[in-house]
Amino acid sequence: MNTFKPSRVGDAPLIKWSLITLAVLLSCLMLLVPLASIFQQAFAGGWQLYIEHLSDADTLHAIGLTLIVAALTVPINLVFGVLLAWSVTRFEFPGRKILITLIDIPFAVSPVVAGLLYLLLYGNSGWLGSWLFEHDLQVMFAWPGIVMVTIFVTCPFVARELIPLMQQQGASEEEAAVILGASWWQLFRRVTLPNIKWALIYGVILTNARAVGEFGAVAVVSGNIRGETNTLPLHVQLLYEDYQAEAAFASASLLALIALFTLLLKAIVEWRQQRSLSAHHDNEQSQL
Amino acid sequence: MSIRLTNISKKFGQFQALSPLNLDIEEGEMIGLLGPSGSGKTTLLRIIAGLEGADSGQLHFGDRDVTQIHVRERRVGFVFQNYALFRHMTVAENVAFGLQVMPRKQRPSAAEIKQRVTHLLETVQLAHLAQRYPEQLSGGQKQRIALARALATQPEVLLLDEPFGALDAKVRKELRRWLRTLHDELKFTSVFVTHDQDEALELSDRVVVMSNGHIEQINTPAELYAQPNSRFVFDFLGNVNVFNANWQQPRWQNDAAFLVPPEQPELQQSGAIYVRSHELELADKPNSQACLPFDIVAITPIGAEVRLELAPRGWHSDELWEARFTHQRLKQLGLEKGSQVFATPQTGYFFGAEGDGAPIRLNWPFLPPGSLVFDI
Repeated sequence: MNTFKPSRVGDAPLIKWSLITLAVLLSCLMLLVPLASIFQQAFAGGWQLYIEHLSDADTLHAIGLTLIVAALTVPINLVFGVLLAWSVTRFEFPGRKILITLIDIPFAVSPVVAGLLYLLLYGNSGWLGSWLFEHDLQVMFAWPGIVMVTIFVTCPFVARELIPLMQQQGASEEEAAVILGASWWQLFRRVTLPNIKWALIYGVILTNARAVGEFGAVAVVSGNIRGETNTLPLHVQLLYEDYQAEAAFASASLLALIALFTLLLKAIVEWRQQRSLSAHHDNEQSQL
Repeated sequence: MSIRLTNISKKFGQFQALSPLNLDIEEGEMIGLLGPSGSGKTTLLRIIAGLEGADSGQLHFGDRDVTQIHVRERRVGFVFQNYALFRHMTVAENVAFGLQVMPRKQRPSAAEIKQRVTHLLETVQLAHLAQRYPEQLSGGQKQRIALARALATQPEVLLLDEPFGALDAKVRKELRRWLRTLHDELKFTSVFVTHDQDEALELSDRVVVMSNGHIEQINTPAELYAQPNSRFVFDFLGNVNVFNANWQQPRWQNDAAFLVPPEQPELQQSGAIYVRSHELELADKPNSQACLPFDIVAITPIGAEVRLELAPRGWHSDELWEARFTHQRLKQLGLEKGSQVFATPQTGYFFGAEGDGAPIRLNWPFLPPGSLVFDI
């Protein structure tokens, strides 16, 4: 006879294993298979062809432009995110709550709409654009426009990571530092920055991933000029529409690699955060 | 260093956190700011530190006007309620911080800093924890590190915001004594905030009682206890029994209960008599001077004393009365739960119905303790 073993709620083996199987199956089908197929398609013609596709002049330009956009976007949003998080968590001012809500606009608005708004504002007939046009400054359909919309789309990431953390940590450590005589810079470098370090890195990783991969907003303002204003995601689409599927997949595999690398970094950062907590406990144990 | 506050006031939006107030703190004094939450005591402390700016008034450290001086330049030590230790620095780094951020000219050498930190950690008896991180310390240890950190720059003024609020009773008591010793040794001027009257009375040279943004009374603990100058101070300094009295010549009446005052014209009016719980005698009969009938509803031993909770019988009081006796005295009286007793105050404080002025202290000296039982 089987002895009856009472289980926790929802712990019946049938339910447990069917749910787990379903979750694993769906993850494979929706996430893993497409990812694997990118590489499979990219390498369909062998290594030689793959390298050839990637060393095409237009592709190289697209890679370069994408890296430049990310290299400009990330530092700007890093500084902006810290400033924003600092002002809404350390100061009381009218409209503070509204500002916190405003930060989320880029998340709420479709990137395509964001791109259109920029086009209307800064395009040659837009009311800022006409002034720029008179002074011979080309913003739309050129790299500055691409950088601008990318900054718009990615600006919440750093601030969103920092605000809850800084709210929870409070201002008293900073007050203590100032009372002890720390200057503004000493305060930031030695107290604030170490406290928000990991959240900041996390925000940067997310910002970078999105900046590299942004399609919708960039598509509207770039003008798709091959070899001039084409970023990597746009380039993939162009190649695909030109029936160069293999070349498209080669470029796409680069984006996929960046994504995988981002995931790896994110995992490392999370692991470091965990470890910096448990390290203290180990330290304590060894001292006892 | 002495501290002088002149006409200091502060508003947060529409809320008057501090009404204009004056306070003189002498060099080397230990001052307790005592009051309920929202009384403005923490705001006052933060204004002295420079973390908050006053809307009006002047602040002097000694002869130096520091009203407009930035918190960084005021050179005060400050201990936060939640310790505010730098969480990513070790204990030693925390203590060294104030020395390391000094301008290059004044900054001691690295070796000297190290030596000072070691010495400070020895002073707070935590040298063995130098390499730990704050989250590995107990509350009491954190508080001592916070103190060591505040003292590292040798401030002449030490400010403490509810320093022992988050600690359990035993650690709190230890730390209080220890702080007092440290204060007497190092001779800094200290101001601390507390809502615990025992803490204020035990630690302070003088206590500043605050309510609603103004100072109710400033005095030494002994004087404050002997002569509270308002109902608020009386209420705040420990449990007190209140007899609401209607003047009916020749005595104060409250339904079946009465008290006969000494013959002074200013006492011949309605008001309230405040009686401390240990200044109450009990007997099985009333006497010619006092008739306060009670039922004993609870007898609770508290350490060396026994607390009796008394419910008025045949008259009205907003709250139960309390009396305290030694175990021995209670045994002599032979009282138990449910007994009917009559109380007589030995000392009472009379507040007239008009205003909130200082009370008149009353003694019933013709009633030596233990000889209460005589008939009307």
